[in-house]
Amino acid sequence: MDHIRTIIGKEWADMRRNKLVLYVILLVPLVMTAIPVAMLAVMRQIPPNQSDLQEMGPMLRNPIFAGMTPSEALQSVMASNLLVLFLMMPLMVPVTIAAYSIVGEKITRSLEPLLATPISTTELLLGKGIAAALPGIIVTWLAYGVFLIFARLFAVTDRVFSVFVDPMWLIAMFVLAPLLTILAVNFAIIISSRTSDPRAAEQLGALIVLPLMILFIGAIAGFIALSSLTFWLTSAIVLLLNVVVAFLAVRLFQRETILTRWK
Amino acid sequence: MIRTEALGKTFHSDGKEIKAVEGLTLRVNEGEVFGFLGPNGAGKTTTIRMLTCLIAPTSGHAWVNGLEVGQADPKIRAQLGILTESPGLYERLSVQRNLEVFGRLYGVKDIKGPVERYLRLLDLWDRRDVEAGTLSKGMKQKLAIARALLHEPAVVFLDEPTSALDPEAAKTVRDFIETLCRQGRTIFLCTHNLDEAERLCDRIAVFRQKLIAVDTPDALRRQLFGRQSVVHLARLEERFADAVRKLSFVTGVSTLPGEGGAGKLVINLNDPAGQNPAIVQALASEGAQIQFVNELRHSLEDVYLSLLHPAGGYAKRGHNGQANHGGV
Repeated sequence: MDHIRTIIGKEWADMRRNKLVLYVILLVPLVMTAIPVAMLAVMRQIPPNQSDLQEMGPMLRNPIFAGMTPSEALQSVMASNLLVLFLMMPLMVPVTIAAYSIVGEKITRSLEPLLATPISTTELLLGKGIAAALPGIIVTWLAYGVFLIFARLFAVTDRVFSVFVDPMWLIAMFVLAPLLTILAVNFAIIISSRTSDPRAAEQLGALIVLPLMILFIGAIAGFIALSSLTFWLTSAIVLLLNVVVAFLAVRLFQRETILTRWK
Repeated sequence: MIRTEALGKTFHSDGKEIKAVEGLTLRVNEGEVFGFLGPNGAGKTTTIRMLTCLIAPTSGHAWVNGLEVGQADPKIRAQLGILTESPGLYERLSVQRNLEVFGRLYGVKDIKGPVERYLRLLDLWDRRDVEAGTLSKGMKQKLAIARALLHEPAVVFLDEPTSALDPEAAKTVRDFIETLCRQGRTIFLCTHNLDEAERLCDRIAVFRQKLIAVDTPDALRRQLFGRQSVVHLARLEERFADAVRKLSFVTGVSTLPGEGGAGKLVINLNDPAGQNPAIVQALASEGAQIQFVNELRHSLEDVYLSLLHPAGGYAKRGHNGQANHGGV
């Protein structure tokens, strides 16, 4: 555990001194929180018309919105769909950090002295993974808290607000978001261990956001009904993937290849 | 302390087989400073990486501190200190933080004490809070040395510790390595700087994919060049050389003319201290005016080049075709 703690501490100390990473960690959640908050504020002022409700037809079939007034339904549906952004939030920054984690050490030539210590590959990758994932997860939870404060102010009724603290969203925020983050970080670390170019590592790492985009677009288009069951199932699949990808990350981290082939 | 038996490493790249190290058998004793010399691409860094458990040998065996490489790698790594070719510091972290990170990874208890001791020892204590990236090359190298020693390893591997340093920084680092030598640590030193190797190493190995020779610098000199006395004469005449040739213990004499008729006799023999008086006597009886006598000491560069290019004539002939008498 000491080794893992040391790596986490080192990574965070490094991040604190990297202003670019700090700005990204703060800016991305700020923008992603502002969008649904602004939408709630705007929709509170503008009453819905019939064409809006027709466009949202398939989404309104979700039982969570049953019995709502048109105004409540419009605000709930739109804000709920945008809450999917909160699942992307913890991925974007950690993926960038994790993708650079190994390849960055190689470029600065700090990897060889690091690998010459008694640290094991599992400890090294765990330390780097946790260091990359935790800031994303914590910032997401904070952003969700900030969103709830504004939702309390801008929701047209208590019924609308209750949608945002529905068990479905609590599962999404506190189970699925961390699991997705860990998956993304594991994936990014694999890429970082297999490529010698930091730009390639970051760009390939960013691809992990794509499946979430499908969820986001599917929810907006009404193809995917967001529910507790959807999130539990997704969480179970992601957990399974995490076990597989974590195992692969350790197997694919070839100290020798990294030291001798990368120039 | 370090032992290898037929150690080898072959890399495979684009379908080609590249033998980086072949059949390396050597022993480095406890408390010894062992110089590992060879040209670029000779396989020195690969050897260090195998001995520090960073890469696996493809043939043979190696033991460090009695533990076999490949069988107890984390334990071996915990007992080693390594200075890699490039300092490889965490440039955004402070000097002190860099050491603390590695101290913890090596399991050093009460890390603050050793960190302060080494930073003071290497004159870095006043810079402890600055980012490592802002240090000069020499300071970075000193910090990397401190990092390699924090956990008080019994064996230290130094890969090109003074390369890319200005003369002043190189001297500081070299002086510190001398301090380490006096502490009785086993030091495995890779260097291109032959003066450095001469000054620091108890024994040296000359290596290019395979081990070419290993011994003390003096023993290698003797093996390659034998022992030679140089007699400086106010006036050089062939009859003086003939007089010396008549002595039974002399195995060869060559003449080196100087300015104004002066010159030197270079005499091959076995025991300069015991045989020089007879030479002086023979020359004096011929009327030679002897200015002084000394033993010819070939530079380590001569030894190194002779070993690497045995057919190139470095041992017997210089680059210009003249007899190569090193520092005569």
